Amino acid sequence: MIFEYAPAPESRSVVTLRETYDLFVDGEFTPAKSDEYLTSLNPADETELARVAVAGEADVDRAVAAARRAYDTVWSRMSGAERGKYLFRIARIIQERSRELAVLESMDNGKPIKETRDVDLPLVAAHFFYYAGWADKLRHAGLGPDPRPLGVAAQVIPWNFPLLMLAWKIAPALATGNTVVLKPAETTPLTALVFAEICQEADLPPGVVNILTGAGATGRALVEHPGTDKVAFTGSTEVGRGIARSVAGTDKRLTLELGGKGANIVYDDAAIDQAVEGIVTGIFFNQGHVCCAGSRLLVQESIADELLPRLKDRVAKLRLGDPLDKNTDIGAINSAAQLERIRELTDSGTDEGVERWSPPCELPSAGYWFAPTLLTGVSQAHRVAREEIFGPVLSVLTFRTPQEAVAKANNTPYGLSAGVWTEKGSRMLWTAERLRAGVIWSNTFNKFDPTSPFGGYKESGYGREGGRHGLEAYLG
Amino acid sequence: MAERRKGNAGKNPGKGAAEPAPVPGRLAVRKTYKLYLGGAFPRSESGRSYPVTSAKGDHLANASLASRKDAREAVVAARKAFDGWSARTAYNRGQILYRVAEVLEGRREQFTAQAVAAQGISRGAAERAVSAAVDRWVYYAGWTDKVAQVLGGSNPVAGPYYNHSAPEPTGVVAVFAPQDAPLLGLTSVVAPVIATGNTAVVVTSEHAPLAAVDLAEVLATSDLPGGVVNLLTGRVGELGPHLAAHADVNALDLTGAGDRAAEFEETAATTLTRVVRPGPESGGGEDAWLDPDPGTSRMTPFLETKTVWHPIGV
Repeated sequence: MIFEYAPAPESRSVVTLRETYDLFVDGEFTPAKSDEYLTSLNPADETELARVAVAGEADVDRAVAAARRAYDTVWSRMSGAERGKYLFRIARIIQERSRELAVLESMDNGKPIKETRDVDLPLVAAHFFYYAGWADKLRHAGLGPDPRPLGVAAQVIPWNFPLLMLAWKIAPALATGNTVVLKPAETTPLTALVFAEICQEADLPPGVVNILTGAGATGRALVEHPGTDKVAFTGSTEVGRGIARSVAGTDKRLTLELGGKGANIVYDDAAIDQAVEGIVTGIFFNQGHVCCAGSRLLVQESIADELLPRLKDRVAKLRLGDPLDKNTDIGAINSAAQLERIRELTDSGTDEGVERWSPPCELPSAGYWFAPTLLTGVSQAHRVAREEIFGPVLSVLTFRTPQEAVAKANNTPYGLSAGVWTEKGSRMLWTAERLRAGVIWSNTFNKFDPTSPFGGYKESGYGREGGRHGLEAYLG
Repeated sequence: MAERRKGNAGKNPGKGAAEPAPVPGRLAVRKTYKLYLGGAFPRSESGRSYPVTSAKGDHLANASLASRKDAREAVVAARKAFDGWSARTAYNRGQILYRVAEVLEGRREQFTAQAVAAQGISRGAAERAVSAAVDRWVYYAGWTDKVAQVLGGSNPVAGPYYNHSAPEPTGVVAVFAPQDAPLLGLTSVVAPVIATGNTAVVVTSEHAPLAAVDLAEVLATSDLPGGVVNLLTGRVGELGPHLAAHADVNALDLTGAGDRAAEFEETAATTLTRVVRPGPESGGGEDAWLDPDPGTSRMTPFLETKTVWHPIGV
């Protein structure tokens, strides 16, 4: 029996949008010298949310100078204990304003409110709490007796987890005594600007955090600015390569969190119901806009005929629609451009003879939507098995032996995440040991925690974020 | 071959440390220096060699001049050795590195004499460098089974999960050994790479490569599996661009890459190869490498952190 759900929309009244947002430089919102603006849309209905300033080179100069001043005069000189207290303050304000931030994040990004409310915001606050406590304990981090901050950090983050990626970047940078200039993604700048207000509310010294909105050109001007000491980037492998090239031969330190093509290996002795849930979480969490998504399902051949129908039954029960409805499982694709990329890559699978399945699924007429999709009959040579799709599209492959599973899982230039489903502990550990990926989720998937390092092998980038390891990126 | 000049070859047979002092009535057996690839000592496939001279300009020996193809074969050998080497127990790797120290200790006199001749340093300085090199192998032998405990561990996540992070070797590391620190510097950059389970392709000091080939003989007789360390005597400018661009090289140590370092780093960006830039020791001679406790800083760049999650429940 299937229950009909009544709509359960979250109220937008907790969010007060300004018509226009300026840059946040040196503790104040100031108009961009570039005099350019972009418009941030709600991807669920294509309505305009706000106009946001585009930072040009002069604005980047200004922000880097403010960050340098704050670094030299205040932040690097402050005791770790005092720095930590600012971070604790910020964490508390995030908790207090979490409902507002969750709703705004859903509106700006298109992701379901149940994820912003139950995953993003709790983790954002937890990251600030976690790194707040490190600020006065850096000598105990195992990075030498006198670890020093690097200086001014240029940070560029993506649109898939706008506030969470901000927390991953800003919390460890500030805890270690660095100051930051952060550029959020052009399609999701709004929660970062509310975060700027939170910095004001916390009385954070001016210039310690600077937020520059804009698109690719702003990001490039920021990471190539000679006045920064550290570049931290999360985004596509292609842009990551360019950044690595641009910092070559300089003294700038670099960490990169790039793309992935995670394998989710299901052995024949796996608990099938849990595995099905895990496969769904692995690829449909956040509309598949997750660099560590389990986008390649590797099923042991002997159970493929049993597992696939159960997986399809489960996917058919996912509810796609209004991101602000608390029952929604799958929200909107973040932008028209991203939707086009997902369509193009998925169609390439069909052109190459892959079988495509989606549940009966009514897509809203306005906004950017893509039905959850399973591709079967996929071989390792297909584009859909090799390239990151970054959408709710799962490629299904099979294997016979554990050796074959590992070989297929590792047959990718990426190495960010992988999943293993088996009830046998020794098999799980054997497999985890051989997978060339930074995060292995066994009998679970897409779990995150500020104490747990995250980052990739090979072309998924270098460095780790989170945990004690995350401090290393900001200390010299 | 153009690179192989007759020059002053054989002019001063008594002065080269590589050649034992002549015994009256006996003709010395001169040593042929070759590459060290996959556990074997082949000549360069190109058939080329180049003269190596002492600090004073006297001919010491001819070294193989490695080619681009030799470099490619070195990467193949290193890749082939990686699975076995990285899968060995840390205890076993430590035993083998300690064995390297033992064998090197037994040949201190040879290495000391050679350093005096090749670098023109005093006997005291040479002894200091050789002793430090022996001690460096012991130092990293002791790190093999501790690095995971120091750099890894349990993560106290907020939930019912076993969550554990451990360092793992990144893979094949191309090492540009310091130009002016042919034994201690070389040891200081190679030992941490292999102690952590990586395998290495090493471009040795261009003008002072003989210590590296002698060290290869130590490595070959120390139970170190073939291919774990591969030594190319040759030119940074010739081999470097190829190694930096090689898609099967996971990391570059650019310590001895000199003014080509930035260019190689830029090339390596295409495959997101890990890069260690030349550090403060570069250009300082063997003495720059004397710190008896270099810490983890030359191991961490070649390690990945793997984090494993598993639910806890009954």
